[in-house]
Amino acid sequence: MSEPQHNSTSERRELIAFCIGEQEFAVDIMSVREIRGWSPATPLPQTPAYMRGVINLRGAVLPIMDLAARLGLPVNELSARSVIIVVKVGERLIGLLVDAVSDILSITEDLIQPTPDVACDRVRSFVRGLISMDGRMISEIALERLLPEMETLAA
Amino acid sequence: MDEFEEIKATFFQECDELLADLESGLLIMESGSRDAETVNAVFRAVHSVKGGAGAFGLEPLVRYAHVFETLMDEIRAGRINADTELVRVLLRAADVLADHVSAARTGGEADHEASAAMVAELEACTHGAGAPAAAQDAAPEAFKPTPAATDDMDFGFKPAAVSILEFDAPPAAQAASWTVTFTPTPALYAKANEPALLLRELARLGAVESELDDHQIPPLDALDPEGAYLTWTVRLTTDADEGAIRDVFEFVDGDCELAVERETPEAEASDGPDIAALLAAAKADPVEAPAPSAPAEDGLDIAALLAAARQAVEAAPPQAPEPARAPTAQAADPVAVKSTSAPARQPAAEPAHVQATIRVDPERIDRLIDLVGELVINQAMLAQRVAAHGFAPSSDISMGLDELEQLTRAIQDGVMAIRAQPVKSVFQRMPRLVREVASQTRKQARLIMEGEGTEVDKTVIERLTDPITHMLRNAIDHGLESPDDRIAAGKPAEGVVRLAALHRGGRIVIEVQDDGAGINRPRVRQIAIDKGLIAPEAQLSDEETDNLIFLPGFSTAGAVSDISGRGVGMDVVRRSVQGLGGRISISSRPGEGSTFTLSLPLTLAVLDGMVVDVAGQTLVVPLTAIVESLRPKPGEVRPLGPQGAVLAVRDTFVRLIDIGCALGFRETSIRPEEGVVLLIESEDGGRFALVADAIQGQRQVVIKSLEANYRQVDGIAAATILGDGRVALIVDVDALVAVRREPARPAEFVSIAAE
Repeated sequence: MSEPQHNSTSERRELIAFCIGEQEFAVDIMSVREIRGWSPATPLPQTPAYMRGVINLRGAVLPIMDLAARLGLPVNELSARSVIIVVKVGERLIGLLVDAVSDILSITEDLIQPTPDVACDRVRSFVRGLISMDGRMISEIALERLLPEMETLAA
Repeated sequence: MDEFEEIKATFFQECDELLADLESGLLIMESGSRDAETVNAVFRAVHSVKGGAGAFGLEPLVRYAHVFETLMDEIRAGRINADTELVRVLLRAADVLADHVSAARTGGEADHEASAAMVAELEACTHGAGAPAAAQDAAPEAFKPTPAATDDMDFGFKPAAVSILEFDAPPAAQAASWTVTFTPTPALYAKANEPALLLRELARLGAVESELDDHQIPPLDALDPEGAYLTWTVRLTTDADEGAIRDVFEFVDGDCELAVERETPEAEASDGPDIAALLAAAKADPVEAPAPSAPAEDGLDIAALLAAARQAVEAAPPQAPEPARAPTAQAADPVAVKSTSAPARQPAAEPAHVQATIRVDPERIDRLIDLVGELVINQAMLAQRVAAHGFAPSSDISMGLDELEQLTRAIQDGVMAIRAQPVKSVFQRMPRLVREVASQTRKQARLIMEGEGTEVDKTVIERLTDPITHMLRNAIDHGLESPDDRIAAGKPAEGVVRLAALHRGGRIVIEVQDDGAGINRPRVRQIAIDKGLIAPEAQLSDEETDNLIFLPGFSTAGAVSDISGRGVGMDVVRRSVQGLGGRISISSRPGEGSTFTLSLPLTLAVLDGMVVDVAGQTLVVPLTAIVESLRPKPGEVRPLGPQGAVLAVRDTFVRLIDIGCALGFRETSIRPEEGVVLLIESEDGGRFALVADAIQGQRQVVIKSLEANYRQVDGIAAATILGDGRVALIVDVDALVAVRREPARPAEFVSIAAE
């Protein structure tokens, strides 16, 4: 995954923001391949609860991760607004199930604040930093850390 | 010179096919069948390699192939009897030829000593049988790389310019002069023959002086690009007889006018042939004329390209005649023409096994396979929607859809067949390996191959070579005993290694079996203890002991031999096999030999599957694993232990496994009497029964990898996409057994047992 360079603080990049429950998160727009509506997934056996299963993405088998479950948040009922954000992590494509897409943000790196200690370990490891914008707090997700088992298997 | 490199690459690809033909022909001869067709096929293979190599100026290869060809020619003519001993020599000669080809491909040099030794052996065979003058003469000539001969090769199709040097040399004592008049017809060019090669072949027989008659060439506007207008008159001084001269033109017999006349000696006097010869060369191709000096600096490339270009002009379809076009632009095409029409060169009936192939970028096929998969799914969705709108099955639209479905299936079958290839391409390299390893280890080994026609996806084929190579080396080096030991053990001195491929359980299984001494278990155990791989007091079954050889850091050879020990242990083989989603296992019987079994998924190949419902999910069970499906009658299911149950099938009891429970889709099994039972034969031949809720039907499915975007899942072989567009999982039946059989063994063996 191509991490944006941090040395230039004035360099702007864009994030896609989305909601899970009451909270707002975001991922780098360069990682996002597409956003699609929810379609029923085929469950996979012997997998963690946050793996919703797999769906057919134009002939490829796309695993779907319930991001709320992955972050340890209460899992909401699926609604008409539920969407799958297809992101590329390394060489793999994975779908993130979120409640709704809310915004596209244009930020510079200096707007990102480190995650304070108050958060639980799980959230701290998945969140790259916090963005304050128009009175909202948006957490940027560190995609490469969502699937630790992929890292070890790929090695 | 990209075009040139492309042509050359095509040549080497052809060489691979020719070498394979050569070897398979020789193996047929070795098995005792020596019919003329086989011998001819072998001869042609060598001859074609030589011919192509000549066009590229690969002199060492040409010289070697020539000696080989000479001997094959003698055999073909029935002057030498190809007994088993001789065929073995020929097989080794074929190996050396392959070395020469690969040396030429990489631009390196073949092993001179091995080559020279082989040449001596071949010549001994040739001359031992009192070969006629032509052959005797040709062989030594080919081996004295006189400047003339070298130039000859470098300058492609300019035999006239070359011949002068030879002509100046005093002719051999009993040499006679011949006048050969050679007029190709358009058919000769249409079959992609090259007069220059024939003339050069003629020059090998002796000194030649050639003259080109181009009077027939019409003005450019009247020139038929596919026509033939040239006549060569060659004066040849040689001690070969008329038959040898006519043999040169054997392959173009009927496609040219040929006259061979013996001359009186005084007619030999010649008046300074330089200019005539150069003119002849220049006139041979109008395109060449502006650049007569070019061949000197870059002779090989340009000469070859020009030759190719001229062929293109001559072979071009009539609607595109443009004789003056740039030669390089055409360079790639004529060779394609040449390669496809090459087998047609011989007027004799072709043997059935000649393969006409086309070469396609694999990525295009991958793309095609994905698209066809989409097409199948879309077609199925369309059918469902039409049905949902209440069209009658006899309506036009429904019938049209039925036809579309059949067409779609046909396309899918066809596309799948493109990528599935027989394992033959891997297997055919193995006889040579066995010969080499056997001679290096001073063992006698015979290779038996079975199931060469077993088809598997191309991507799998490419990665089969290394594991098979390693397993075969291992079987000969470690498995087979020395001839003396074998005789002492009451076995024939020659060991037998069997390499077999088969489909089983929706996977491809490769077996390498030897009839050697089997695994020396006490020694394996001792080594494992010495290397700290197991505790000295560990209690291991025979099977577990055998599997120790797959542990990292294990090597049984006391001294690392250069045969099996190429720095690769069985653990690396196992890891690479696992990386492909495969498994490797070993079974061994002391004194009787060992069997390595390699099983790999048929990734992206089609799979015939039984679609079943389990706990609300749709799953696919590979049809090949299913022996039968049945609905158990009351009384056939017997409880065993607190939860388990067995099924009485005729007089045997087999274990019942609920698929839903094994995969964790439900906690408690359904009553087998209420569902259906699939009787399964597992990879190791064992039987068990899978319980599902219902059977939907039998279907051919496209295998989709789970690993591509996620990871391997226990109990699941792969995924597929069904007609409704949803993903269905393909069950790995063997893994289901493993999932159920909780291993209660020491931790370090779990990985072995979980294989």
